[in-house]
Amino acid sequence: MAIVYERSRGLTETEMHFCPGCTHGVIHKLVAEVLEELDIIGSTIGVASVGCSAFAYNYFACDMQQAAHGRAPAVATGIKRVHPHLAVFTYQGDGDLAAIGTAEIVHAAMRGEKITAIFANNAIYGMTGGQMAPTTLLGQKSTTSPQGRQKEMHGSPIRMAEMLATLDGCVYTERVMVADPASIAKAKRAIKKAFTLQLSGAGFTMVELLSTCPTNWGLSPVEAVGWLKENLVPCYPLGVYADKAEQKEATR
Amino acid sequence: MAKELWKGNEAVAEAAIRAGCRFFFGYPITPQNEIPEYFSRHMPEHDGVFLQAESEVAAINMAYGAAGCGARVMTSSSSPGISLKQEGISYMAGAELPVVIVNMMRGGPGLGSIAPAQSDYFQATRGGGNGDYRTVVLAPATIQEMTDLTQEAFDIADIYRIPVLIVADGMIGQMMEAVEWKQPKPRKLPKKSWATDGTKGKREHNIISSLFIDPKDCTLHNHRLQQKHDLITQHEIRFEEYLTDDAEILFVAYGTTARICQAAVLRLREAGVKAGVFRPISLWPFPEKELYDCANRAGVKAVLCAEMSMGQMIDDVKIALGGSKSVHFFGTGGGTFPTPAELTKAAQDALEGV
Repeated sequence: MAIVYERSRGLTETEMHFCPGCTHGVIHKLVAEVLEELDIIGSTIGVASVGCSAFAYNYFACDMQQAAHGRAPAVATGIKRVHPHLAVFTYQGDGDLAAIGTAEIVHAAMRGEKITAIFANNAIYGMTGGQMAPTTLLGQKSTTSPQGRQKEMHGSPIRMAEMLATLDGCVYTERVMVADPASIAKAKRAIKKAFTLQLSGAGFTMVELLSTCPTNWGLSPVEAVGWLKENLVPCYPLGVYADKAEQKEATR
Repeated sequence: MAKELWKGNEAVAEAAIRAGCRFFFGYPITPQNEIPEYFSRHMPEHDGVFLQAESEVAAINMAYGAAGCGARVMTSSSSPGISLKQEGISYMAGAELPVVIVNMMRGGPGLGSIAPAQSDYFQATRGGGNGDYRTVVLAPATIQEMTDLTQEAFDIADIYRIPVLIVADGMIGQMMEAVEWKQPKPRKLPKKSWATDGTKGKREHNIISSLFIDPKDCTLHNHRLQQKHDLITQHEIRFEEYLTDDAEILFVAYGTTARICQAAVLRLREAGVKAGVFRPISLWPFPEKELYDCANRAGVKAVLCAEMSMGQMIDDVKIALGGSKSVHFFGTGGGTFPTPAELTKAAQDALEGV
């Protein structure tokens, strides 16, 4: 009997801790499949961050380091400078990458650090129980914005894919979502492109993945996917924001 | 080998390169800027990496990543910058990463002054970061000793998988002294089979982490760390005694202050007062037993702890002496030195009080 589907070799057999309906598992699977397809599981070092992504080091089969909150891009920088020929990626949520770790991600991108940031944006702090993130939508209720996020008080949501795209060292950012089979397939293509560009030495790459947090959004898994499409996507438009690899090729 | 004239900050960087350090991550802060500047000039000659980070926070975490790959890594800063590195140092201690960190101390608290001080003793020896952890803390008094200890620091870090701090001050960093480059005694270093360098499909994945979510696991981890700390305490204590054999007044001081105490000792001896200096070189592990033995010799009438702080090491001196001797104190805080005259008078006052 032919095997038509199996667990990627890029993942360990450790049972994941994610809540039902959470899309972190999907993103893990996509990254693992890309590592397998590029045949780089044995030559990749990943960096787990703090948040629901903290245990990523248990799930990926490649070598892993666990970083302090927000510091994954700095840790990844240290790794890449020691091992310039290995693939290095960070796996970060929106609290980690877009709040406490803003300086580290901006400067890793500015330096054109040859790493790939896998950025799961679910517009909330998941692990700590649903607090407001810099990505939380205006009006969205959280445990620290019980009246809903207000522009006057908290400012407006931060768009990292667009922001980093302005930096010369950042050669590729794309925002995708993991909401249905078509968008998941597209997300995988983006991740594969980011790793491929990294391995070609082009520069810093990031894929922002709009993802769900049914637990802290207070929705069922199915409702959460609908909420993502109806609310997150209008605020965080999908698409490619930086793709400078070809440009670089042309000016070489 | 011939002696060469070296500036302290440059000497510690050169010593690190000679010890095989090929990765340095730093951020500018006075009075240690010659350290990153030296690395920026000379790392390329050794196919090494110097990287100026966006902050001390980033620099220490870059060092974490590189150390997790098994590389010999250094970062340096001065007091306020070392404060920013405390999170990273705690994570390194938890993940058991060998890293050497230099602190050219300046006056504090806060932005303080840029002049030499010893007011980060608590931070260095008590751990400025969270959790039950220790870092080895080495405090040289001369540039020669700093270069010798730098090699030692990398070896200790590798042997025990622990961050090692070299704490000096703006004076040792900024002044120039004769240095003789010594061939270090080779120590047996363990293989870094734990490092993340790619599984190559030949082994299970390696994980560098300080996270032990199950409290039972975290407790075991803490007990294991404590066993390591005990081992270090057994094997890595360093100290020096200066004219202590017949001393009736015993100075206890480290680093720059110990040198000034030595000048005071000579003045006192000229005046017929037998004085000596006990100088801890390892601030952690602190030479408790050695200090106790020295201070409890028959002739010692009084102990005088001198620091360029308002009194921090004195806590360890009191713990070591366990009430067996009264401990006097002379300190200057914020970036000024005690003078030999001040220390001489403080010693005479202490003896008069006996």
